[in-house]
Amino acid sequence: MSKPASDPGEGSADRELTMSRAMVDAIASEMRESEDVFYMGEDVQDYGGIFDSTEGLLDEFGRDRIMDVPISETAYVGAAVGAAQSGMRPIAEIMFADFVGVCLDQVYNQMAKNTYMSGGSVNVPMVLTTAVGGTYNDAAQHSQTLYGLFAHLPGMKVVVPSTAYDAKGLMHAAVRDDDPVVYMFHKRLMGIGWMPAPEGPKTPVPDEDYTIPLGEANVKREGDDVTVVTLGLHVHRALEAADELEGDVDVEVIDLRTLVPFDTETVVDSVRKTGNLVVVDEDYESFGVTSEVTARVAERAPEALEAVERVAVPDVPIPYSRPLENEVNPDSDDIVEAVESLK
Amino acid sequence: MYENVVTARHYEERLQEVYLEGKQPAFDISAGTIPGELHLAAGHEAAAAGVCAHLREEDTVTAPHRPHHVAIAKGVDLRRMTAEILGRETGLCRGKGGHMHLFDPDVNFACSGIIAQGCPPAVGAAMAADKRNEDSVAVAYLGEGAVDQGAFLESLNLAAVQNLPVVFVVEDNDWAISMPQERVTDVHTPAERADGFDMPGVRVDHDDAVAVYEAARDAVGRARNGNGPTLLDVQVHRRMGHFMGDAESYRPDEDSERAQRLDAIERLAEDLREHGVEDAELNEIREDAEERVEDAIEWARDQPEPDPEDAYEDVFVDETAAASGGDD
Repeated sequence: MSKPASDPGEGSADRELTMSRAMVDAIASEMRESEDVFYMGEDVQDYGGIFDSTEGLLDEFGRDRIMDVPISETAYVGAAVGAAQSGMRPIAEIMFADFVGVCLDQVYNQMAKNTYMSGGSVNVPMVLTTAVGGTYNDAAQHSQTLYGLFAHLPGMKVVVPSTAYDAKGLMHAAVRDDDPVVYMFHKRLMGIGWMPAPEGPKTPVPDEDYTIPLGEANVKREGDDVTVVTLGLHVHRALEAADELEGDVDVEVIDLRTLVPFDTETVVDSVRKTGNLVVVDEDYESFGVTSEVTARVAERAPEALEAVERVAVPDVPIPYSRPLENEVNPDSDDIVEAVESLK
Repeated sequence: MYENVVTARHYEERLQEVYLEGKQPAFDISAGTIPGELHLAAGHEAAAAGVCAHLREEDTVTAPHRPHHVAIAKGVDLRRMTAEILGRETGLCRGKGGHMHLFDPDVNFACSGIIAQGCPPAVGAAMAADKRNEDSVAVAYLGEGAVDQGAFLESLNLAAVQNLPVVFVVEDNDWAISMPQERVTDVHTPAERADGFDMPGVRVDHDDAVAVYEAARDAVGRARNGNGPTLLDVQVHRRMGHFMGDAESYRPDEDSERAQRLDAIERLAEDLREHGVEDAELNEIREDAEERVEDAIEWARDQPEPDPEDAYEDVFVDETAAASGGDD
């Protein structure tokens, strides 16, 4: 694969893209670069992906490289593992992260472990893309975020873009990576017509290729009083909360961007400065991102840590009814409340 | 059967209208009276009514994410189902399940929002009946797009090898969202899948409700008499998009037109007329059905939304266990 270009920086672009367009931009570029890259999923050809994850790619690359597959996740995700072990660079899409249960063995026993179990003699350079998140009342089987599941099981890198700029850079990095990468995009950030995005994910995106290295968190907003660590949709909700608190509490917002590898240093440095930590996640609270971030800070900088709050889905399946889903899905008010409770 | 199909059709058409309330002019899936996705089954009614006509209350049905017509045919409470779809407290699932996840234990009806995943639980219900020497049967519904799933194929095998009273009903509408059948499998019809499991596979073309009724009588009878499972494959027609908001740009116009033209309900009405049923009687059945649908929708609209705190209940049977997780 070609060597990663250096990051040209957001300011160099004069076009703005939605997150889905930015993802597609990177995929198209990688497919032009290498015949080894191809995309498999359900409704990714004529439909262009239910969440526009492959919109327009069929026209340029045809049905051999943008492949609609039977609703057989075990077969096609496993086939991606096999093709990757044969030296190709497949991208396989599971339409909703909730559906990963159908093919979990291929994900956590094959895709994730073959490099290790083979003593490093084979590797699995594939990308598994999947849509996550609720906020649209689709209930417990179509709204999960499941960051913790993938990040918990060793052998998979896990990336979660929150903006179009990051979506492109992380996709380039994911395709070029020699390990399996799970690329989890939040439906609400994609910029699709029927699910309006908040302010924020649509950003300038350079034409040229660039990578965002996996394992580098992004300090989205600097502040001295409280560190808010989050990812995905909740980066935007945290920024909104920080704006609301301006004048009272000076909030620093960190976008993790990748869970594996995890940028402990950026988080710990921030807490050393602020002394206060709020972790926000749309995944379930227990045994997840909030626990992990808190534990890492507690291990590395116990003397700096004055107080911690976790804001996550409180260990219930995502309910359907609007008032119920609003109750369990963290919003900016919940983040404001958590930050205020520390001061 | 006619009452069931006209109730289901009118219900779907009215839900379509209610769904669009609050979502105009710019379509926003999370806005309006009915939030989330809505998958309608207009054009599938014969597969539901023709099979469920042979079922008793104690028989189990598992439906996929397009469940309303099957629920109606199985006798699920229409008011409480509608309240669930509107996310109300008195809905079948207290507002937690929504339209893809309807549970009505009173008539042994359940759903799953994930393709083919209702098949194994149907096998389990049949297993329970078998172990208890009861003569109830289980019916698993799925779409033709789901017949490539492991959960379906493994369920066929388990039901066959254990000779369990299960009927698998494939509603073949030709489209798995945007994928026409010929692009996802080389097996000509879903019924042929049965061949690999030493199980009868029966295909009913032209969503003919009477033909479905006759084929299902044999299949359900075989199951109830201890003669094992059957795969019943019913051609249906998708009259609407995969979900509300699906513009179907991938679908040829002639295919959509064909679905509109071939209407199982009109075919059934014609059959009934030929057997001497008067138009007046058919009209009366239809008008009664429409009234029941209106009543259910109006009743559901008047129901309260759940209290947000209810979100924490029902994770476990023992509520104190649920309280140990989550925000303190």
